[in-house]
Amino acid sequence: MKIELRREKVHNDFAKKVELISGQNLFACYQCGNCTAGCPVAFAMEVGPHEIIRYTLLGLEEEALSANTFWLCASCLQCTSRCPKGIDIARVMDALRMVVLRKKERKDRVEIPEFPEGFLEKLPQIAFVSGFRKFLS
Amino acid sequence: MDYLYFPGCTLYTKAKNFDQTARDCSLLLGFELKELKNWTCCGATFPLATDNIMALLPPSRILANAREEGTVLTTLCAVCYNVIKRTNRLIQGDEEKRDKINNFIEKNYQGDLRILHYLEILKQEVGFPQLKEKVKRPLSGLKAAAYYGCMLLRPFEEMGFDDKERPTLFEEFLRALGAEAVEYPYKIECCGSFQSVGAPDVATECAYKILGSAIKNGAEVMVSTCPMCTFNIDHKQSDIKEKYLGFQSVPVFYFTQLLGIAMGLDYRTLGFDQNAVDPLPLLQKKGLL
Repeated sequence: MKIELRREKVHNDFAKKVELISGQNLFACYQCGNCTAGCPVAFAMEVGPHEIIRYTLLGLEEEALSANTFWLCASCLQCTSRCPKGIDIARVMDALRMVVLRKKERKDRVEIPEFPEGFLEKLPQIAFVSGFRKFLS
Repeated sequence: MDYLYFPGCTLYTKAKNFDQTARDCSLLLGFELKELKNWTCCGATFPLATDNIMALLPPSRILANAREEGTVLTTLCAVCYNVIKRTNRLIQGDEEKRDKINNFIEKNYQGDLRILHYLEILKQEVGFPQLKEKVKRPLSGLKAAAYYGCMLLRPFEEMGFDDKERPTLFEEFLRALGAEAVEYPYKIECCGSFQSVGAPDVATECAYKILGSAIKNGAEVMVSTCPMCTFNIDHKQSDIKEKYLGFQSVPVFYFTQLLGIAMGLDYRTLGFDQNAVDPLPLLQKKGLL
């Protein structure tokens, strides 16, 4: 993938939006990868949390938003707790979710009618309430 | 002393055994859990998007109503504890959001409640040495793995529950009951949480790693403080067994159930019918029934 670096590209609107919603300074990230190393669900992610931050700063909106990374984030805050630059990475993941869910297409991540039979009876309420808040617009 | 108590929705249904055992044990330890007169679901997630004020309203309303009844509020569910405590801190420190929230819920709450987890009451108010003296049936010879998960501990600066990487409070509690606390590296790892809804296989894998780590280090039982974790590490063991042949199931207790056994309660009152992996055979073997 060829990436052209320009000042306007690094200070792009997409990155600004993510910074605004998350309240975090993405430019503090120096790509150490501590977040990805400690992430309990990184094994299933297409790209790691630190890479998503890099994508965002390079203005690669489509690539960043099409990755499954932030959808798999369980908000366990291990990355937040270990980031040496004090970035609350879980907030960045949530901001990326919000960018998708707040678009006018309202493209939800989960479809309620697709749950297998008996699934709703089995799971604790907290799983649904928090899951729906994270996956539905 | 009595404590105001916020049960939360799951403790009223799928984790009734957690709620009941905590109430029963508190009476034996000399305090009562006084359930809030008015409460709703806390929302089950602390909103991480800074502009999401709406998700702060349910916990704020619970806090404001609780303040009208007292000054100390306790919870059992680690998710509720996290949401309630973080919201309380936000109301304390963020004047602008506090005004916005108060205007909306038509209250004047200033964030002056003290939020304690049940384990903190046991440590700070009852005291582990005193708890040890009250134990009628010590859990001698039981190798128990304390599973903290995320919500009790993180974010460390706001929760202030224990050390962020090497907490010990839960193990101290287990030792006070006479059990042997097993050390294992995955005790503060995430169980996959609400990914049980979005990506169930991922949550199963997380649970497998935690259980495997504890078993490898000698654990005979897991001990949890959260209905979400309990679902993932207890109820998902059947899925794990299908995927990893040879996986040996291990019973998962709420910490209050173990407390109940140690306090001499009849095992029939501890709600083991709601546990996925039946703990009775092991308890029988250990002479703890």
